[in-house]
Amino acid sequence: MNKEVIIETKGLDLTFETNDGPVHALKDINLTIEKGDFVSFIGPSGCGKTTLLRVMADLEQPTGGTCTVNGVSPHEARMNRAYGYVFQAAGLYPWRTIGGNIKLPLEIMGYSKVEQEERVSKVLELVELDGFEKKFPWQLSGGMQQRASIARALAFDADILLMDEPFGALDEIVRDHLNEQLLALWARTHKTIGFVTHSIPEAVYLSTKIVVMSPRPGRIADVIESTLPKERPLEIRDTPEFIEIAHRVRDGLHEGHSNG
Amino acid sequence: MSWILGALVFWAAMWAVNVKLSKGPKTRLISLVVPTIFGITLLVLWECMVRGLNISPVLLPAPSAIAVRFANSLPILWVDFVQTFMKGALSGYIIGCGAAFLTAIAVDRSPFLQRGLLPVGNFVAALPIVGMAPILVMWFGFDWQSKAAVVVVMVFFPMLVNTVEGLKASDHMQRDLMQTYGASYFQGLTKLRLPAAMPFIFNGLKICSTLALIGAIVAEFFGSPIKGMGFRISTEVGRLALDMVWAEITVAALAGSAFYGAVALIEKGVTFWHPSQR
Repeated sequence: MNKEVIIETKGLDLTFETNDGPVHALKDINLTIEKGDFVSFIGPSGCGKTTLLRVMADLEQPTGGTCTVNGVSPHEARMNRAYGYVFQAAGLYPWRTIGGNIKLPLEIMGYSKVEQEERVSKVLELVELDGFEKKFPWQLSGGMQQRASIARALAFDADILLMDEPFGALDEIVRDHLNEQLLALWARTHKTIGFVTHSIPEAVYLSTKIVVMSPRPGRIADVIESTLPKERPLEIRDTPEFIEIAHRVRDGLHEGHSNG
Repeated sequence: MSWILGALVFWAAMWAVNVKLSKGPKTRLISLVVPTIFGITLLVLWECMVRGLNISPVLLPAPSAIAVRFANSLPILWVDFVQTFMKGALSGYIIGCGAAFLTAIAVDRSPFLQRGLLPVGNFVAALPIVGMAPILVMWFGFDWQSKAAVVVVMVFFPMLVNTVEGLKASDHMQRDLMQTYGASYFQGLTKLRLPAAMPFIFNGLKICSTLALIGAIVAEFFGSPIKGMGFRISTEVGRLALDMVWAEITVAALAGSAFYGAVALIEKGVTFWHPSQR
């Protein structure tokens, strides 16, 4: 099977200069993400998983190695609006309605008014928030706000979705529900997804590929190709196959820690 | 003696009424009635004490005397109001706040200006108005232009500091988000940073609304044509016509409160989303 390569990093290095001296955030990251992949980045805090995602999004500049997105530099990819980015917090603008927030990227990218309306109602349906267009963010629960922020990232049809612990601040029940919705959405839209998390079950449940990272310096400890089928009900988490993959992830995390 | 006794009885009675009202349910009407009763009580106390104790009208005229003077001098008060408030304070306020706003955007864009201009602004703000006003009167003439100039100097810095602070109010994540959309500087400014700065900007506008009136009135002490609230206050004091001074103070209080209230009302509409407003 020869799939199209979407994101590729070669010998990626990133050192932050801080007041306490240099911090080696990423060291020699070699990774290939193919079209339609759902890739999770998992590891303890300080392992550079968020930094790696931010490099792909051109929000951080690597100090060594290369990174390409859609075959071009992350900067060009950003200017081509190649990806949607979902942050840890929903970060909706309180002075805009939910609909207005989703329109924000569309306004910036110069979509026509008619198309803006169409897309807003389409993505609101996709995240099951239809009917909330006129509400203000502070009138919604945390889970709904995060769904709205996903809708905002989907609105402009980028093929890549980068998500930085999007459900980290939500409780487990809401999280399960959103994970299920995210998989359904991924199946419908065929997007390539990069997903940062620190939850092992979440990573195993969602991913086709799990990148286990370890800290100081941030590096890849293991890359696990999931053998789970694409169709994943929540109950799959009780199957031996699921538990075995989770076990491998845990081993990878543990090894990374003891070596570091 | 009966005036003083009457005052004390009225005071006690109104006190009792207000205590009773504030213990009851909190409706909109009651929250308006309670301070009104308090204000009326103050005026009645003042009136009775001035009459009962035979206080000289130079020291403290009775509210009724002030009201009579106010009603008889409406044309003069109006001319003074137009001269000082509309021409001096308001034009200075608009020019000063507008200039500060534009400067804040320039300062925000350039770290060079941020280091160079803010300390200079700070220095100018530290200059006492009684020192600046005569100089500005020399520069810009006796009419309202020099008063507007004093107001500009007074409101510029508070407005500048508040706007610069406001432009930093959007958080990192929101700015990163704009970056991921490949937004231009101008788009980031109009769609994120200015809306986020609005609570700060209105804070500055509210502070400046009171400063503007003070500046315009005080500046007239240092030379003005024969009209204006500050001019009237300084000349009527010389003629010991304190009731006229009080009438001007009343105009200033009404105009100042209305001005502040208007700015606060616009703020409520613009920053409805802010936790302090919703």
